[in-house]
Amino acid sequence: MDKFTKIRAVAAPLPITNVDTDMIIPQKHLRTIERTGLGKYAFSNIRYNDDGSERDDFVLNKPAYRNAEILIAGENFGCGSSREHAPWALKDFGIKAIIAPSFADIFHGNCFKNGLLPIALPEDIVDEMMKDAEHGANAVFTIDLENLEITRPDGQVVKFEVDSFRQHCLINGLDDIGLTMVKGDKIAAFEAKQKAQQPWLYSQR
Amino acid sequence: MTNPRTLYDKIWDAHVVEEQQSGNSLLYIDRHIIHEVTSPQAFEGLRLAGRGLRRVETILAVPDHNVPTTADRETRIDSIESKNQLDALERNAKEFGVDYIPMMDARQGIVHIVGPEQGFTLPGTTIVCGDSHTSTHGAFGALAFGIGTSEVEHVMATQTLILKRSKNLRIDVSGKLGLGVTAKDVALAIIGKIGTAGGTGSVIEFTGSVFRDLSMEGRMTVCNMSIEGGARAGLIAPDQKTYDYIKGRPKAPKGAEFEMAVNYWNSLKSDEGAKYDKEVFIDAADIAPQVTWGTSPEDVLPITGVVPNPADAQDPDKKASIERALAYMGLEPGTRLTDIKVDKVFIGSCTNGRIEDMRAVAEVVRGRKINPSVEGLIVPGSGLVKLQAEQEGLDQVFIDAGFDWREPGCSMCLAMNADKLLPGQRCASTSNRNFEGRQGPKSRTHLVSPAMAAAAAITGRLTDIREL
Ligand code: SF4
Repeated sequence: MDKFTKIRAVAAPLPITNVDTDMIIPQKHLRTIERTGLGKYAFSNIRYNDDGSERDDFVLNKPAYRNAEILIAGENFGCGSSREHAPWALKDFGIKAIIAPSFADIFHGNCFKNGLLPIALPEDIVDEMMKDAEHGANAVFTIDLENLEITRPDGQVVKFEVDSFRQHCLINGLDDIGLTMVKGDKIAAFEAKQKAQQPWLYSQR
Repeated sequence: MTNPRTLYDKIWDAHVVEEQQSGNSLLYIDRHIIHEVTSPQAFEGLRLAGRGLRRVETILAVPDHNVPTTADRETRIDSIESKNQLDALERNAKEFGVDYIPMMDARQGIVHIVGPEQGFTLPGTTIVCGDSHTSTHGAFGALAFGIGTSEVEHVMATQTLILKRSKNLRIDVSGKLGLGVTAKDVALAIIGKIGTAGGTGSVIEFTGSVFRDLSMEGRMTVCNMSIEGGARAGLIAPDQKTYDYIKGRPKAPKGAEFEMAVNYWNSLKSDEGAKYDKEVFIDAADIAPQVTWGTSPEDVLPITGVVPNPADAQDPDKKASIERALAYMGLEPGTRLTDIKVDKVFIGSCTNGRIEDMRAVAEVVRGRKINPSVEGLIVPGSGLVKLQAEQEGLDQVFIDAGFDWREPGCSMCLAMNADKLLPGQRCASTSNRNFEGRQGPKSRTHLVSPAMAAAAAITGRLTDIREL
């Protein structure tokens, strides 16, 4: 997994609440057996016209935001399906962090597995950042994951919180499977105990 | 003496392999269901890392999301990508030795209908699937939740997940449901009350006489939609009804082991005095048949209501979201919901594709014809539901009324196969999501119960089932 330490990038405003996973990546683009190449489909229903041309009114199509790496959005971002295609598409498109008042649980977890940082902040601060982000190419934010700080375009610093384990994995680009595999003995001990107590979970096939 | 614990606390505690410093736990996973859309990249990840499956016997694979639902389904797969996904599932299942139910098998169906039918879903277990509606299995008192593909791979390799304990949210619905009010209406009314983020960070336990009185099918409908209320999982304490449903199913424990299991399952219900982080109480008598008008499941009203006016919203975000939803749905504020005409009716999905749902529809449409302006599609949730319905003669009732009776799959719930709405078409649907584009680009969805969907098919507009 890619490491995430610090980024300095343009933030794009997406003032929509309940941005759902069908909006982030419509179902017709889920028919892939790869993890990569989904960036072109990110937000496709609101990003393209029926003839495939780009819609001028979609924020990420505007020249100032084409290289945005940060999204600022309304509450309950990522609600709906468990599809990891949603963070895959955002990541492939170039988004590295999302700031919103709240995130849906499954999407939130999926982001961390893909080097994408979701940051939840109080609604009034997100509203202010949304206004910052409306300043186009000048809407440059710095996100420092090691120090848990966001620097707004005017230089003001805002603190944020992230689960310490997730932070550690992102900064070091660690994949949790490897970390858990090391605990094979503990898992085996759990299984032995469970098998003695609930044998029916082990005789079924 | 330990402190009184909730059903959720008990299942969680029984599965902790290790508490980690960061406040996360390594949680053991007992059962894993996989389908074609969210598993290929996980198998690929295992292959690339040279890893195997820790316990192959805990996995059940079944294709559902993009299988065709027409009778000629075997030769009908409409896109090369769908075919690739379906082939990949079969290939991976064979290569890794996973129990696999192929598309042409009578047991095939939507993962969340197949698991319970096969006795794979058991109380007190942890169950995961790369699908958010895994919450359905909570109807059996199992801690069941959707996971992303990286987690699918994590479970395959280690039989565990790294998770933080959720909060306990209790939703109690007591009293008697009115005539025409079903499990689906209860689920929608709950979401209307708590909102789509109301359950974020929590596991819901549904308590009260309404859930005790519901059949297992009805309980599954309610738990299925926990995720629409933002909760990863919903739970209902197992009881005799649960055990009767499980007993004798192919993968259920047998003989003495079954008795032993029931003993354990009986110990799971929340203790007297257990603490919840939040409690919500709803009087069953206050719930009318529900219908959604917007593009989020929380945009829901009793069928007797009118389309809301954005001008009445206090909060500017709420106002903007109503405006956006109405523009998308092509609706005017103040329109009576019962004046909204529909083009299609879809009956099926993991929310309402079970035998009881088929019976509820048959009861409404028996001896009637669907409105000539409406196309009606009924898609059973599994091959076994289909067989049962046909044994009861329901298929003939549907066909006589003018419905299209299909093979099992997710179908028009998410429109990944050929079953979808045309742009601008409006559908009364028994599925669970009315997001923009959910049933096809520019599709317009109104979520309702099976009986309400059947009523809409007959009249050609959203209809109060109590008046039909
Ligand atoms: S029926 Fe719909 S909600 Fe259920 S698993 Fe299939 S696509 Fe998902």
